[in-house]
Amino acid sequence: MNRSILRLFSVVVLMFALLIVWASRWTVFSASALDHNRLNQLGFYASLKVRRGEILADNGAVLARSVKAANGTWRSVYPQGSLFAQAVGYYNPQENQIAGIEETRNRALTGLQSRQASLFGSFNGTPQVGDSVYTTLDPKGQALARKLLAGRVGAVVAIVPQTGAVKVMYSNPTYNDNNLAAPCPANVAHVGCQFNLATQGGLPPGSTFKLVVTAAALNSGKLTPNSTFAGPSPLLVDGIPLHNDGNVSYPPGTTLTTALTDSIDTIYAQVGLRVGAPTLEEYMKRFGFYSVPPMDYPAAQMRPSGEFYNGSFVPITNPNMDVGRSSIGQGDLEVTPLQMAMVVAAIANNGKLMEPRLTSRVVNSDGETVETIKPQEYDQVMRPQIAQEETQMMRHVVESGTGTLANIPGLNLVGKTGSASLGACVTGVRVNNVCPGGETYDDAWFVSFSQSDPKIAVAVELSDIPGGYGGTYAAPIAAEMIKTLLAEGQ
Amino acid sequence: MRARNWELISLVPAALLVSAGFAAVYIQRANQLETVSLIYGAVFLGLCLGAHIFIRVTLPHADPFIFPLVAVLACYGLVMIYRIDGATEARVQAQWFVIGLLLFAATIVWFRDYRRLENYRYLIMTGSVVLLLLPRVPGLGVYSGGAYLAIHLPGITFQPPEFAKVGVVIFLSSYLRDHRQALASGRRILGYRIPPLKHLGPLLALWGAAMLALVVIGDIGSSLMFYGALLAIVYVATDRISFVIFGMLAFGLGSWFLATHIPHIDARIQDWLHPFNPALYSAPLGSYQLANAQFAMAAGGLFGQGFGQTLLYIPGTTNALIPFPSTDMIFSVITGDLGLFGAAGLLVTYLLFISRGFKAAMLARDSFSKLLAVGLSTVIAVQVFVIVGGVARVIPFTGVPLPFVAYGGSSILANFVLVALLLLISDRARRPLSDA
Repeated sequence: MNRSILRLFSVVVLMFALLIVWASRWTVFSASALDHNRLNQLGFYASLKVRRGEILADNGAVLARSVKAANGTWRSVYPQGSLFAQAVGYYNPQENQIAGIEETRNRALTGLQSRQASLFGSFNGTPQVGDSVYTTLDPKGQALARKLLAGRVGAVVAIVPQTGAVKVMYSNPTYNDNNLAAPCPANVAHVGCQFNLATQGGLPPGSTFKLVVTAAALNSGKLTPNSTFAGPSPLLVDGIPLHNDGNVSYPPGTTLTTALTDSIDTIYAQVGLRVGAPTLEEYMKRFGFYSVPPMDYPAAQMRPSGEFYNGSFVPITNPNMDVGRSSIGQGDLEVTPLQMAMVVAAIANNGKLMEPRLTSRVVNSDGETVETIKPQEYDQVMRPQIAQEETQMMRHVVESGTGTLANIPGLNLVGKTGSASLGACVTGVRVNNVCPGGETYDDAWFVSFSQSDPKIAVAVELSDIPGGYGGTYAAPIAAEMIKTLLAEGQ
Repeated sequence: MRARNWELISLVPAALLVSAGFAAVYIQRANQLETVSLIYGAVFLGLCLGAHIFIRVTLPHADPFIFPLVAVLACYGLVMIYRIDGATEARVQAQWFVIGLLLFAATIVWFRDYRRLENYRYLIMTGSVVLLLLPRVPGLGVYSGGAYLAIHLPGITFQPPEFAKVGVVIFLSSYLRDHRQALASGRRILGYRIPPLKHLGPLLALWGAAMLALVVIGDIGSSLMFYGALLAIVYVATDRISFVIFGMLAFGLGSWFLATHIPHIDARIQDWLHPFNPALYSAPLGSYQLANAQFAMAAGGLFGQGFGQTLLYIPGTTNALIPFPSTDMIFSVITGDLGLFGAAGLLVTYLLFISRGFKAAMLARDSFSKLLAVGLSTVIAVQVFVIVGGVARVIPFTGVPLPFVAYGGSSILANFVLVALLLLISDRARRPLSDA
């Protein structure tokens, strides 16, 4: 009998070996597959127990903080609400909602970036604490943008050209990130309550695009600021007559500088055609067109800029594109206010485009900086000397051209106006709940910086201007933004 | 060194385990637990010491490692239950340990000569069958997850299969001791030795009974437990592997038939094969608990997430993420908290306990003792295999208690009777012949 007992015992050993092998399968060999299983909510549940770090403005004002909720969980609240909602976003794991900086800096905010706090926290029962994230956003500038955009549909983006730090990113309408269940205003219902016009709007840039064309023309050596053109009105462009504003014709010998100063469409159509689509294409890409902006913000909440045709982005070299009209910022061009801020920031920074940044550093719960988010160069779009030439041309715009309302004494502002007919149904906010049409509403732009103190570059876009001009409506807003932000920086 | 001194020293790991475990849980949740909860751990240690002194007096020759191994398993369970449910279940469990140890002592005193049990074998068998049938009595039985495994008495829920398993093993050991020669003999037909029908008949009847239990209880897991013990005892009694193979084929066939004809068994098999199928996952009594047990084990990894870190409830709610964490699913909580090492440690402890049972069987001097020790050890082995294998998806899941570890009184009481019997067998086997 003892022989059978031994044999039976070996069967038992085998059974237990089987159990250990299977346990190893789930704990070790297939563990990562199980961790990533679609039904596995453990990571998400663990995140509920994390006390997230704060999101702070550049001056330390709290934009997002974690407060105690039921049963040892935490939830995020946003003391500034709608003022910073578009930039900061929200974190609402119960509904699986996350957006904005909350999303892009989620790793830091949950403390995954610096583990030491979490290891300690798990033993003594205190919650896992995340790191705090400092943004580049300026509460005063943000509040001013809200005030200046009150009652309007539009967006303001202000960037420090030398670092790419985004000081202001505000668009109207906005939403309250403390109450995501609030009903959506009718005019944004088609794009969602949380639509951020500054990064998601697809709007015709109008004459502000002439800055891109000018940079391409000058830096490629094809033209100089003193190159001359005739500006008849109308001019046949792509077989269709193009009129200057007020149907004014300009004599032969008009310089490129004058053409920019007075925003002469029929000359810029010729400039664009002279420079040629392939060169325009190259410079657009150098400025960041055709890419999701390289900003620390969720890609799903940003839109590339470029020629948008039949529902997708196509290169300007596409034969269907009207290069002449594109050169004056119409045709099929659709851009975001953020993109135009990047364009003007590159010019302000001697032609060097920095990647826009919403966050500057990550700080742990002891107040130590654990990560500094360094400025990153995106591209040297043009030579510094060309950038200075273009800046000089832009100075004329403010001194004596279409942007004189921005000519605040002592600030030496330079800029470019843009007044575009909104396409039939651009990606943007519907004014009065209808697709804006060119007859009723125009798109008014002003992009600007100070020639003597180029520490702030601003793009202002207004979508609901009836037959108005960028120089009339957007320029004063841009000027006041720059004035305030520069005064604060001193 | 004398056996009893070995036993005393071997209780040290259990003491350390329970002290460290209770201290860890208490420190972690000091704001929710009262200091008095630490007493349950201390009381438990006192009980172990008392039991040791009792064994020292009554069973001086018994295997010195059986009781300490049981103590380690019980500590493991008590600490896990304390961690899962806090003071409430731990106190109840500790109380069951008190009653269990009293029953343990009573068994040793009453059945000092356990061979007297043979006189009552038909009574024991009948009693076991009645116990197994009780859950089907209307108004008494609890229907849970498609199976009838428990009965409700005022104040307590009672799991009859736990007691029935001890009874059935006693009966089988005695019955097969008598018939082993006849079963092993018989005429050769087609190269196989077929035992005389007179002796084979009851064996077939046993197989039928196991099948019937399967249908009646509706639970493959506990049937497997009985059937495993039956095959083990038959094999050791007759030394004929053909019985085992025939038996396994027959059980497989029966199970296959049931799986294809009883919906809830088929559902268990589907859950086992496809726990991550979204339809099964969200079905009532579907694969939700199995899938989340897997996720908890994966989260445990090699060394575990740390004591108390496995999520049992969906945070912010009282909805279970791992249903029945202190009973059916305790193995997944152990693995989640303590990782593969903790889980393997537990399994190795079981294996050591079972090996001591087998050792007692080998040392035993009479066939009944041998068969009884083998049967009792095997029933524990199969029970661990069924529940751990179910949680770890080696086999379809069925809920049987993880012996000594899972929360539940019936299981503790029955298993302490089982341990008492093993110690009695071992004491008798190791007693110097002059004493006998």
